Amino acid sequence: MHPALQGIVTIFLGVGGCLAYFYFSNQFIDKVLFPSKGVNAGRNINRANIVRPWLFLAPALFALSLYLAYPVFATLWYSLTDRDKGNAFVGLANYYQMMDDPKFWEALKNNMLWLIIVPAASTAFGLLAAQLTDRIGWGSIAKSMIFMPMAISFVGAAVIFKLIYDTRPADTNQIGALNAVWMQFNGGVGSFILLRALPAAFLAFLTVGSLWLATIMIKGFSSFTTILRSLFGIVLIGVAVSSIASIYGLFTATLPYGEPQTWLTMPFWNSILLMIVLIWIQTGFAMVILSAALRGIPEETVEAAIVDGANPFQVFFKIKMPQIAGTIVVVWTTITLTVLKVFDIVFAMTNGQWETQVLANYMFDKLFRGNDWGVGSAAAIVIMLLVTPILVWNVYNVRKEMRS
Amino acid sequence: MSNIAGSKSSLQWVVHISVALLVMLWLFPTLGLFVSSFRTADQISTGGWWTSLFPAEQNLTLRSTDPDDAGAQTLIDGVYVVEGNLFKAGVDATISVWGTSSRAIDTYVPGDTAELKDGETITVQVNGDYVWTGTTEMTGRGQRVFATSTTPPEFTFKNYKTVLFGGDSTDGMTKAFFNTLTVTIPATIIPIVIAAFAAYALAWMDFPGRALLVAFVVALLVVPLQLALIPLLRLHLGIGIGKGYLGVWLAHTGFGMPLAIYLLRNYMVGLPRDIIENAKVDGATDFQIFTKIILPLSFPALASFAIFQFLWTWNDLLVAKVFLIDATGQTTVMTNQIVELLGTRGGNWEILSTAAFVSISVPLVVFFSMQKYLVRGLLAGSVK
Repeated sequence: MHPALQGIVTIFLGVGGCLAYFYFSNQFIDKVLFPSKGVNAGRNINRANIVRPWLFLAPALFALSLYLAYPVFATLWYSLTDRDKGNAFVGLANYYQMMDDPKFWEALKNNMLWLIIVPAASTAFGLLAAQLTDRIGWGSIAKSMIFMPMAISFVGAAVIFKLIYDTRPADTNQIGALNAVWMQFNGGVGSFILLRALPAAFLAFLTVGSLWLATIMIKGFSSFTTILRSLFGIVLIGVAVSSIASIYGLFTATLPYGEPQTWLTMPFWNSILLMIVLIWIQTGFAMVILSAALRGIPEETVEAAIVDGANPFQVFFKIKMPQIAGTIVVVWTTITLTVLKVFDIVFAMTNGQWETQVLANYMFDKLFRGNDWGVGSAAAIVIMLLVTPILVWNVYNVRKEMRS
Repeated sequence: MSNIAGSKSSLQWVVHISVALLVMLWLFPTLGLFVSSFRTADQISTGGWWTSLFPAEQNLTLRSTDPDDAGAQTLIDGVYVVEGNLFKAGVDATISVWGTSSRAIDTYVPGDTAELKDGETITVQVNGDYVWTGTTEMTGRGQRVFATSTTPPEFTFKNYKTVLFGGDSTDGMTKAFFNTLTVTIPATIIPIVIAAFAAYALAWMDFPGRALLVAFVVALLVVPLQLALIPLLRLHLGIGIGKGYLGVWLAHTGFGMPLAIYLLRNYMVGLPRDIIENAKVDGATDFQIFTKIILPLSFPALASFAIFQFLWTWNDLLVAKVFLIDATGQTTVMTNQIVELLGTRGGNWEILSTAAFVSISVPLVVFFSMQKYLVRGLLAGSVK
């Protein structure tokens, strides 16, 4: 059968089957199993109402359990067994094997970098875009332009950015925008300002900012969040230290002016360039959510602050930011989830070569190229472990919301 | 906001300019792909796509017709004349300055007449028309003319012809396009039906364990689908579905289910209680309430989820690679086709950019036409 025809048949069978299931199963309990007539009418109606929710839920629960819940446990089990030994239980052998693999540590390290940089940059750009576009007449057009990359596939984005990072020999015209810009630098004053002074200023700003946040984080004491906050504080101090180191590096490095660079083969920087692709996509998401949150802020609080003589920056940081803090956390965690699963970008652009490996691609590599299901499953479990704190946090919040 | 305090600030200009810069920065990458897909391979390799938007000024070395060619040379009033146009037919360029020596390419302006050796002269016009005269019969190759010309931007649909109608199995996207469509449509519609019933039960039916089930759905919302790959592939192979459309439809249905239930339930909970209770009092069954009242009212949420699921299944690579694409490659989808093109045609930007643009054009159309629902869905779908 032709696939398209098969597709149409499937739609009819799937949709029709579901509707028929719901209709006839309802009919069945109402008319046959627990008829609302006769001597036991009242009891039957009650019984039917006890069963009915589960009729409505059954197909969805089946799909959820089979396609998402069961795999969690199955993968956990596979990570503890060896396929070559007839699926025998081997304990943590797969995990030990994975830890001996330098590629795994590279992937984990890169994932940590992605986890810090992408959500931070996307949220920051999103907040900036939301705050700026809310103040101008053509803001909604600007918003949909920044939002547009959300519709573009990771693979499509990979092609788009590969064109930007493209390299041609030194004596020909560069067709990649990044190299075309790079070739404009010649080591003069302009290059010094743009490539050393400005980045250094940004890093200094980042250092001061993260140290400031770190002091807030570590100073505050509240029962539950103390550990979380000090953990966050330590990360921030790490960011500050590496920024200072980078400032030193910026002024001591000799830059290869006038030579086109093959950007995607430069370790560390190529990871950053891959992250830019995801930041480009996710900023629109952050902007949309944060823009809605900014509009939800009661006017009176802002007006009161202005009457009291607050300048625009104070209004933003002291009045608006605290009120949208919850939304920022939501945006941050949602992007974090996307980052943990990032696969297509790395797969399409470098396939983990030149030290750009990430966990999701490492896992795919082990599974389908190395055919090593044990280590692949172990890598999947590591991703699951990284997701778990967010999972617990979300469930905790939803339960709290439902109780109130 | 700041104008409340009476300062219609000068900052406003800064805001306008910053937003314009931000928008340009965000559009630049996509625009590059779009423009490149309309350029020929030669044009792409000679310069960045941004140069193709403006008339290009270039220095050319042109040559008149060889006087030895049959019929090229005519004798008019005792003067030998070769006439013609320096550019190939169809080229629409204008000459700003020209010369007859490589060391002085800007000696003459169009309309001037240059004196050559042996009493020959040549006159060149703006559009490249030339008249080359000589008192004796001219021999050898045509006269060289060095011209600085501006060519207007030039674009072509040739790439789209190759990619869409070329029929080539490596470059062609037609089959992959229809395969993607075949994956996407059932994978978008079926989860909606299943999830809508479940969402109704979770929103409006009272039963023990309801809160627990909502928590279960929220927990599954974040489970990475990486975990599902091996167990489900084994399952599919085990029960005989194998790799194919059925498998990928089932997988997408399962993976889309948590978001579908979560979105729809959140929306349905917000529907007015009165309507539902009145219907119950009037003797409507749950099934009737659901199909006659809840479903029509939930249209915005259904649309939101449909867009999400459509974008996600259309753009997906991982699920298709694992559950659909077998060794024959007959069922390849567009994302996979593009990744393969990146491998085999890494430098052929005219094919790559066109293929990529074909694949992103459909989501872009959906995005711009149904943006309202997408935004609404995002706002409802992010776990608060």
